[in-house]
Amino acid sequence: MIKVILITGRSLDQGISKELGKFSKEYMEKVAICELDPEDLKTLGVSPGQNVKVKTKYGEVIIKAIESTQAPHKGIAFIPYGPWASILMPPATESTGMPSLKGVEATIEPATDEEILDPKKLIKMIVGREP
Amino acid sequence: MRTISNVVCPFCGSLCDDIEVDVEDNRIVKVRRGCAISVTKFTKYNEERIYKPRINGKEVSLEEAIDEAVKILANAKYPALYGWSSTSTEAINIGVEIAELIGGVMDNTASVCHGPTIIGEQDAGISTCTLGQVKNRADLIIYWGCNPVHAHPRHMARYSAASKGRFIKGRKERKVIVVDVRKTHTAKTADIFIQVKPNSDYELLTALRWAVKNGELEQEEISGIPAEKIEELADMLISCRFGALFFGLGLTMSAGKARNIEAAVALVRELNNYTKFVMMPMRGHFNVTGANEVMAWATGFPFAVDFSRGYPFYNPGDTTFVDVLTRGDCDAALIVASDPVSGFPAEAIRNLAKIPVITLDHHETLTTTISKVVIPTTVVGIETEGSAYRMDAVPLRLKKLVEPPPGIPSDEEVLKMILKKLKERVK
Amino acid sequence: MELLIKNGYVYDPINKIDGEKMDIAVKDGKIVESVSSSAKVIDATNMLVMPGGVDIHSHIAGSKVNSGRILRPEDHYKDVKPRTAITRAEVGHTVPSTYTIGYRYARLGYTTVIEAASPPLKTRHTHEELNDIPLIDKSCYLVLDNNWIVLDYLSQGEINKCAAFIAWILKALKGYAIKIVNPGGVELWGWGKNVESLDDQVPPFDITPREIIRGLCKVNKILNLPHTIHVHTNNLGKPGNYRTTIETMDAVGDLANGRPNIHITHVQFCGYAGYSWITLRSGAPEIAKYVNNHPHVTIDLGQIVFGEATTMTGDGPFQYILHNLTGNKWKNADVEAEGSAGIVPYKYRRKNMVNAIQWSIGLELALLIKDPWRLFLTTDHPNAGPFTEYPRVIAWLMSTKAREKTMEKINKRAKKRGVLASIDREYTFYEIAIITRAATAKALNLENKGHLGVGADADISIYNINPMEIDPSKEYKKVRRALKRAAYTIKGGEIIVKDGEIVKSFIGETFWVKPTMSKDLEREVLKEVSEKFKEYYTVSLENYVIGESELASSKPITVKTNF
Repeated sequence: MIKVILITGRSLDQGISKELGKFSKEYMEKVAICELDPEDLKTLGVSPGQNVKVKTKYGEVIIKAIESTQAPHKGIAFIPYGPWASILMPPATESTGMPSLKGVEATIEPATDEEILDPKKLIKMIVGREP
Repeated sequence: MRTISNVVCPFCGSLCDDIEVDVEDNRIVKVRRGCAISVTKFTKYNEERIYKPRINGKEVSLEEAIDEAVKILANAKYPALYGWSSTSTEAINIGVEIAELIGGVMDNTASVCHGPTIIGEQDAGISTCTLGQVKNRADLIIYWGCNPVHAHPRHMARYSAASKGRFIKGRKERKVIVVDVRKTHTAKTADIFIQVKPNSDYELLTALRWAVKNGELEQEEISGIPAEKIEELADMLISCRFGALFFGLGLTMSAGKARNIEAAVALVRELNNYTKFVMMPMRGHFNVTGANEVMAWATGFPFAVDFSRGYPFYNPGDTTFVDVLTRGDCDAALIVASDPVSGFPAEAIRNLAKIPVITLDHHETLTTTISKVVIPTTVVGIETEGSAYRMDAVPLRLKKLVEPPPGIPSDEEVLKMILKKLKERVK
Repeated sequence: MELLIKNGYVYDPINKIDGEKMDIAVKDGKIVESVSSSAKVIDATNMLVMPGGVDIHSHIAGSKVNSGRILRPEDHYKDVKPRTAITRAEVGHTVPSTYTIGYRYARLGYTTVIEAASPPLKTRHTHEELNDIPLIDKSCYLVLDNNWIVLDYLSQGEINKCAAFIAWILKALKGYAIKIVNPGGVELWGWGKNVESLDDQVPPFDITPREIIRGLCKVNKILNLPHTIHVHTNNLGKPGNYRTTIETMDAVGDLANGRPNIHITHVQFCGYAGYSWITLRSGAPEIAKYVNNHPHVTIDLGQIVFGEATTMTGDGPFQYILHNLTGNKWKNADVEAEGSAGIVPYKYRRKNMVNAIQWSIGLELALLIKDPWRLFLTTDHPNAGPFTEYPRVIAWLMSTKAREKTMEKINKRAKKRGVLASIDREYTFYEIAIITRAATAKALNLENKGHLGVGADADISIYNINPMEIDPSKEYKKVRRALKRAAYTIKGGEIIVKDGEIVKSFIGETFWVKPTMSKDLEREVLKEVSEKFKEYYTVSLENYVIGESELASSKPITVKTNF
């Protein structure tokens, strides 16, 4: 398991795939991911393409670990905007209206046998009922 | 087949207006000059399209859906109206009138994007300009906490680092500095990359201002950057002829939020004592700026406007949508051209799912799946014309390129129908 | 729809009516000779009747104004009014919302207002806001003096092409007149610099502010535009600047032919003598002397009112100076190839010597300039104060007692820095009608505004004050109160205000000019312009142009040019 700072943000693939639709295969492929620095991948003992569990004080989610092409950023994990990232986020906005979508402390551990939830299953998990 | 030129792209805040499309049989068959995201939007907007209004998942007529929406909004004690950044200014304007009529709270996506920038500006001001001013004059550009290669793909070529203007002829005549926590693809194109420690931008901005003002820093290292590097940077900033700081969510979302913006404003303001310097937020959605503009001219406030007193009231942290939801204060919601379920913290989403939600959108989103009423609308900038404001507040007119599917109204039309029926019920 | 306003005391200076008791007949939105017996009667017995007010310079719409709103949430909290069945919610004190602006002007009895400075690239925004200002008729001036294409043409001596370009831009962007703001200075502000005199160079254009003003004055003559060039001078707000103001007026004296050919705006801000803030004195006497002796000049006051204000001008460098002077938050927004805008909140304080002198200067100008037809009442809203304070300014002009009362409360040193205390002139209602309606309509060449002759638009204001019985000199408070809330405001023949309340709301007209031009000349100039656009701008020429359908209610005015 490693400790990281979580950054969420836009990526070209996230932008393209969301225009293809939030329930498309491409969206899940490009957004349910966690970009890790090659050194962090090594420490974690995970190969690119394998699933990991990312956990913060506020929630946890299974996504696919990939090797970052925007490294180095040891100790920082990047997850594109989307429902997988949002589950991990704190609701408190510190009187600004803005939840802390960057800079949240997280832990990452291998989860090679666990399944990435598709958006519908994610919603069910958050909301407690079928959408 | 016909070719339409000078098309305004309805995706991001760059609002590129030089796109060219070929239309054949009411379909866009070719897009020229658009970035990859733009091309996808123009050619794939019918993916996961919604063709019929729904109530509780069941298809109904437009009139039935509107009647249900009106009933929900009229009966709500504190309805919330959210989204707005991906539709026309005209539609948003109707939204304001609805929110005022029913005493609800209206917020747009700026509150989870550059809302902190606006809050910082309200405290400290800002020195900014339109994008052409940068293209023509800027010989030094900083990208701080933003990644245009990914989020505003044509920005650098059209408006900033690699643009060609009257006095600056291209990338070679500029110095480009990138400040970020990772070496992004944008950083890889820079002359200087500053890898700031996460959640430490406020300290670095302040240290930079100190170095600009006083030349030397007392500490050895700030925010992971050696003092000499900061001092060197300060010298560069002072000796440029026209500097431009583009900043993004790296500043608004990390620790400090609005205070980070104030620190950036103070730095740029200080730099104006030595040279010419401006800063500009990289606005995300293509009309989030328009949402701020129309809400401000109609209510005085650019986002998070509460009408429960009968007049506009603004208090970020209180009247912002994430907070309203997290507290469980609103008892109904109208979401227009936005997908908050995709991006909001879980607690907020949980509370949104508990109340009746009306969503206007053209395709399925996570928000439509939890909505009681879904009304499909046209795609602004492709099927419906309208006004939109670029990230630098330059207003442009989005074009209608093709006909929408039969029977599908625009956001503006639906909102007008809702407003009309509400006026019959609410005095 | 017929109206008959009976028995009022009418002040209609354009038709030389000075407090005559007479009836005004209205039919289908126009003033007519007479109406039938089925007309609705308004009993204006013992009341004052004037044409609706025409405000020639106010910042009411567009990017700069909205930036002011966004910058100052604190401005909005205490000045609010909940929505009613007829009116939208009202909010804002110095930078109110669009609806608030329309309602407040209507309550004052104003029916036509011009947005004083719209940057061409953002004029679409100006129109979108104008569309949302209810009741008043409106237009906007386009800021053109630091425009790169204009400067290219002027510096090359191509006056005709410059005129053709300006004819095109007024038509394309739906503007009314040529606005000039710190010519040359704002272009240099693109590099953080400014000009200090009319003969400074403006690189790389090889032109001076004097040449810009003269060039645009010549262009205005060629285009035969209904209004003169409208000028915010260089060195605004700088002690000693009254000299620049006189030089500016003098710069085009030889180009006049009997009629005014230059309007200097908010002259109070340009009327400073002395050489520093400590030695500040009023330069009003010198300016008044020049204006009195030179009929080619018109001015508006920019009178300050003590209290909150929001300064907002296209004078980027001046706004930066003001920020440094006050430490107040500052927004700057340059517009590519065209100009700039700056916003700084400000408060005018009675005990502040400089503010007290400023207050004095505006009034001195009004009282020393003899011809009320060349002088207009403004507060350069919201720079010197909100327009809702016009009645206060009127009271000061009509009553030495009102002025003395205020002078008792202001900084004592200010008294010696000006001549206000020595002036005992008091404006009459007739003169007030001139400087708030008749003269402004005339300066704008709006044939159907500012008067109550047959054929005029039925824009009428009726105030609950008896001009025959009241002594404005003593009872200035009554005057102020009556003018603040019209007994009736009528717009286009519709009663929109009754006893200071809005009783009807609709959208007025946005008027703009369409100068005639040969197709060949237009084509030739547009070819050059579209080439320049590619280099100078970040939008296409096609998207720069504003469609007429973008105006909620468009009223084009064809202007026959002198090409």
